[in-house]
Amino acid sequence: MSITDIQVTDELVHGDDHHEEHHEQSFIFKYIFSTDHKTIAKQFLITGIFWAILGGGLSVIFRLQLGFPDMDMGFLQPFLGDWISNSGKLDPEFYLAMITMHGTIMVFFVLTAGLSGTFSNYLIPLQLGARDMASGFMNLLSYWFFFLSSVIMFISMFLSTGPASGGWTIYPPLSALPQAMSGSGMGMTLWLVSMVFFIASTLLGGINYITTVINLRTEGMTFRRMPLTIWAFFITAVLGLLSFPVLVACVLLLVFDRSFGTSFYLSEIFIGGEALPNLGGSPILFQHLFWFLGHPEVYIVILPALGITSEVISTNSRKPIFGYTAMIGSILAIAFLSFIVWAHHMFITGMNPFLGSIFMFLTLIIAIPSAVKAFNYITTLWKGNLVFTPAMLFSIGLVSFFISGGLTGLFLGNAAIDINLHDTYFVVAHFHLVMGSAAFFGLLAGVYHWFPKMFGRMMDEKLGYIHFWLTFVGVYLVFFPLHYIGIAGFPRRYYSFTNFDAFSSFVDLNSFVTVAAIITFGAQFIFLFNFFYNIFKGKKAPLNPWNSNTLEWTTPRIPEHGNWPGEIPKVYRWPYDYSKPGAKDDFIPQTVPYHQTKESNTDFENEESKKEQPAT
Amino acid sequence: MENTAVIFANRNFKLKSVNAKKFALWLFIVSICMLFAGLTSAYIVKKSDGRWLEFDMPDMFLYSTLVLVLSSVAMHWTYLKAKDNSLKAVKIGITATAAIAIAFFYMQYLSWVKLVAQDVFLVGNPSGSFVYIFSGLHLAHLIGGLVFLLVVFLDTMNYKVHSKSMLAIEMCTTYWHFLGGLWIYLYLFLVMNN
Ligand code: HEM
Ligand SMILES: [Cu+2]
Repeated sequence: MSITDIQVTDELVHGDDHHEEHHEQSFIFKYIFSTDHKTIAKQFLITGIFWAILGGGLSVIFRLQLGFPDMDMGFLQPFLGDWISNSGKLDPEFYLAMITMHGTIMVFFVLTAGLSGTFSNYLIPLQLGARDMASGFMNLLSYWFFFLSSVIMFISMFLSTGPASGGWTIYPPLSALPQAMSGSGMGMTLWLVSMVFFIASTLLGGINYITTVINLRTEGMTFRRMPLTIWAFFITAVLGLLSFPVLVACVLLLVFDRSFGTSFYLSEIFIGGEALPNLGGSPILFQHLFWFLGHPEVYIVILPALGITSEVISTNSRKPIFGYTAMIGSILAIAFLSFIVWAHHMFITGMNPFLGSIFMFLTLIIAIPSAVKAFNYITTLWKGNLVFTPAMLFSIGLVSFFISGGLTGLFLGNAAIDINLHDTYFVVAHFHLVMGSAAFFGLLAGVYHWFPKMFGRMMDEKLGYIHFWLTFVGVYLVFFPLHYIGIAGFPRRYYSFTNFDAFSSFVDLNSFVTVAAIITFGAQFIFLFNFFYNIFKGKKAPLNPWNSNTLEWTTPRIPEHGNWPGEIPKVYRWPYDYSKPGAKDDFIPQTVPYHQTKESNTDFENEESKKEQPAT
Repeated sequence: MENTAVIFANRNFKLKSVNAKKFALWLFIVSICMLFAGLTSAYIVKKSDGRWLEFDMPDMFLYSTLVLVLSSVAMHWTYLKAKDNSLKAVKIGITATAAIAIAFFYMQYLSWVKLVAQDVFLVGNPSGSFVYIFSGLHLAHLIGGLVFLLVVFLDTMNYKVHSKSMLAIEMCTTYWHFLGGLWIYLYLFLVMNN
């Protein structure tokens, strides 16, 4: 119905091209080159899951190396080939390649594309009451650029010289000089090419998200009535739009240094006793440009997860989110501040200590809006009628990680302490809790919560609980001990620490972490089974399984392209009317006008109800 | 597909709303601004670092800048003609704009030749490399502008550009003026910092 509807209007206004797309869609256009935001969201999700398995698998391998340095890894030879020596040892350069790929995959492919790509695409039109994204075509391009970028990165892992190996932050001169390490050759080139497509994908997606939020809200959906998910996705897209182009600038200069011999980041370098001709450049310049993206990027990763959490926690506490306005304010504050703190990643680059103290001050200010969010989640939970769905558990887990990882941020933000902790496992522990695990839990919460809408079926709750507890406990067991290893001074990105006496007392702890990591990784297969099996075999989902207020639950069980068969619903209230005093149910969907809820209206809302046109 | 969502929105949505495509163009422009903001900040950071080669910008850059301004004038004239429905003038205008832009390309190339004659190379001190990168990257965006012009030209041939269907040419004009403004910024930036 919606399809014909669309066609008629289209004809009226344009009366020209655009015919083909509206006819019965073939398989290819329906599932592969689809312009439907729901299909594209699922494509992002599945690709993200693929990358998550790969990225997680890599981490298990290098954790084996760290936890059991004497182990015979010969059994990995079928997968890794020459990267395992004949005596069963992991190649040290390949160790670096693996941590680089792990970081790149997790930060960009899983937690940026997999998270924003999935949920911004899926929820923005559905929760705003739009038929689709502003431009379905740009959305299609966005996914396929991401796909291309994925293919290139994937291919780079099979090069005989290995993929990029200089860390996900690709600092020059290591990354700029092909002769510096084998991964800086073709592997680095493919990394750069892949990232260019990735950035193009992110920008296309982001422009689309912003345009949709600004232009396509349904009647009544004012900014003050938008769910916090949408606020988070919206601001995330703005952050991406402002910061990814700077990464382009950064990478562009690197490409010129690598391929054309310029000296933006290079100066006075000797390799094998030979002086390179490059003069006048500065590797610090790279760090400035990189972290100008890099810091906002960490918020690009976490904000959507926080948005999802707001929605899930409010719904399952059967209470309005505490401090809706404060939540929006803190998103905006975090977004703004995230652009002026980048140099806290560079305290030990020899920057002017006065400048360092300014960045320290700005960095610590970010703790305030972050704490506001944590506080509001806890107060929303406080005395709520908690419904512990798996999504709810994962959201609470997110809050826990966000707090425990955020606290260590305060230490790192102090330049004087960071001088000791920089580039140690303490930093690794910090960002895996506050960003990695927290955002990953946000992703999982989102999948558990919106699975019924995405696939029209339910996931199994029991498996969800098992998955949650194993993962939640596992994450703490993996990352908490790393703080101690870091305080002891163990540097990150080292192949082996057994050569240093100082660290010999940590051998057991490292083995413990590795075992915990393997169990945590293994637990994810419970999720994968639960996910894929129930896409086909799950119990059919009711229309509104969580008794939620937002618009996506007013669509049919399996929405067609166009989302609503008839008119788009109108919105009359904010999305958080849970357990409103006087109301007959403990939730009032956004589509219910005030004049139908006289019993629970406030005075102000009664005034508002007079302005409502009677619903037809 | 693209338009459908927009149309629905316009029908259902009473709050004031900008045309989605135009809005997307502005966002695209914002991202280009950030790209060059990043590059010019890199320039300042690098310069404050010392070991900076000083040289004079060739006059040719000044002439090319004037030529680019001229192309913006031509573009605007074209836009006004489209409003008047004089399609013939529109076609001439687009051709003229594109021709002037190609002259600009050539003049940028000549400026590079002048730079080389001054011993300022792409490969060498970053102060010189930056000039090549800025102007080259700007030209790359201008190629996008030329493609856009071509699209509008074809639309005009098909009678799709007229006073009641201004979207394409309006967006093209916006982008074109933006590219002009962008180059003026880059040029002034380079002159004042060198
Ligand atoms: C209270 C708020 C926070 C503060 C004060 C803070 C501070 C810091 C500092 C100073 C560093 C640099 C440590 C070093 O390399 O020596 C750092 C690293 C990092 N932070 Fe945070 N942080 C905070 C919250 C977050 C959040 C919310 C995220 C992500 C969602 C995050 C992600 C990261 C990442 C990924 C790194 C490491 C990057 C790398 O070197 O690979 N941080 N943080
Ligand atoms: Cu940071």
